[in-house]
Amino acid sequence: MLKILKYSFYDLMRSRWSYVYFIFYLLLGFVLLFLNNDVSKAVITLMNIIIILVPLIATIFGVMYYYNSREFTELLLAQPLKRTSIFLGQYLGVAGSLAMSLILGLGIPFMLYGLLKSNAIWDFALLLVTGAFLTLIFTALAFNIALSNENKIKGFGYAVLLWLFLAVVYDGVFLISLIIFEEYPLDNFSLVATMLNPIDLSRTLILLKLDISALLGYTGAIFKKFFGTNLGFFVSMSILVVWTLLPVARIVHKAKRKDF
Amino acid sequence: MIQIKDLHKKFGKNKVLDQLDLDIEGGGIFAILGPNGSGKTTLIKSILGMVVIDQGSISVLGSSVSKHWKYRKEINYLPQIANFPGNLRVRELIKMIQDLRQKSNKSEKLVQVFQLDPFLDKKLSTLSGGTKQKVNIVLTFMFDSPVLILDEPTTGLDPAALIQLKALIQQEKEQGKTILITSHILSFVEEVADEIVYLLEGKIYFRGTLSQLKKTTGQADFEHAIAAIATTPTHA
Repeated sequence: MLKILKYSFYDLMRSRWSYVYFIFYLLLGFVLLFLNNDVSKAVITLMNIIIILVPLIATIFGVMYYYNSREFTELLLAQPLKRTSIFLGQYLGVAGSLAMSLILGLGIPFMLYGLLKSNAIWDFALLLVTGAFLTLIFTALAFNIALSNENKIKGFGYAVLLWLFLAVVYDGVFLISLIIFEEYPLDNFSLVATMLNPIDLSRTLILLKLDISALLGYTGAIFKKFFGTNLGFFVSMSILVVWTLLPVARIVHKAKRKDF
Repeated sequence: MIQIKDLHKKFGKNKVLDQLDLDIEGGGIFAILGPNGSGKTTLIKSILGMVVIDQGSISVLGSSVSKHWKYRKEINYLPQIANFPGNLRVRELIKMIQDLRQKSNKSEKLVQVFQLDPFLDKKLSTLSGGTKQKVNIVLTFMFDSPVLILDEPTTGLDPAALIQLKALIQQEKEQGKTILITSHILSFVEEVADEIVYLLEGKIYFRGTLSQLKKTTGQADFEHAIAAIATTPTHA
């Protein structure tokens, strides 16, 4: 698997898009620091961008990579390699290079600005960790979509819809249901609803850590009340891990049964 | 070498292979023939484990295809369409496959034979169809394995390369290897094949040597014999 990972990773590192993505974050980091002039404030602004943008890019990139590397996959399938390791290697190659662009792209400007001396270092680290998780989750979801759809256009369509649903529509539906059922106790409902969406979950997680959950409103208050900050943190982290493992497990399952 | 028992494969509602039995003992060149869509490529891909079979069993050199993957070390496969990752250079591709298979190889000699030296540093997406096929052939023949599977090996080759390919196939045969070939170029098949396996509608319709084929169909000419085979009511 490591060999496949290595080749997929090299392949991506040489492609223009990895650099575009890296430079984009690099610029974003510098501009935010320049405008905010304060690490903590920049972290909050950055969160709002990362929460929306990372899933979008991971989804599109994942689907694109899978369809573009079909030939490579077919070549590998005829070699003495385990199927599971071919697909997991490719997945980790894509997710790994995206996560690296994100971490380096944002890490460098913040480091230069004096992150190590500021007290926002753990907030920033958490931001990068959730960003990395979102990359892993949405690349895995994208691979799932691509594995199930031979038709590229359909695959892209579903991928964009998935992102749109989790990033935008979900929140709307959540909010509307809170308003409609406002006469009922909604604590458990909103907790579960938050956990079912990795984007909402990441947002909650970061806000809990930044200790400004009041900004988040209802969900954050409930999270804080129920779990206390530490327990809430670990619960949301483990749910992010589950969110990563489930689609990866389905990649393995699907890959074993697919005809090429 | 290769044992196939009761093989079934459907793609959706389309039955491609239907209760197929085939037993290939070691040594010699076997041509798998049949009209378009008769299941030749599916059969080959099932042997390689690229297609997941619905029912039945395939074993290569004693190990079951559906459970293992290490048996592929003993197979060299030439795919029908030479599709390679476009942003790799020829040299990198050859190196990569060597790295993945970890076997001694004779790529340098083959690169010389097919005059690929000027293309080694070119990207695969810029190569012509015939040159890609030559790269494909180098990748297939550079390892020393007991089983070779060639799916339409002649596609896009110029006459000089075709002669080299035939010589290569003969060399491998002399070393006692088992070679499966599919092709629609009958003159090529007639020249190289020891035995014919004719597929029709997912079943083996005929199996035997060239002379047996001509005898059963009553045709003196190979091309006519192949054309007549589907209408002759004798099953093999």
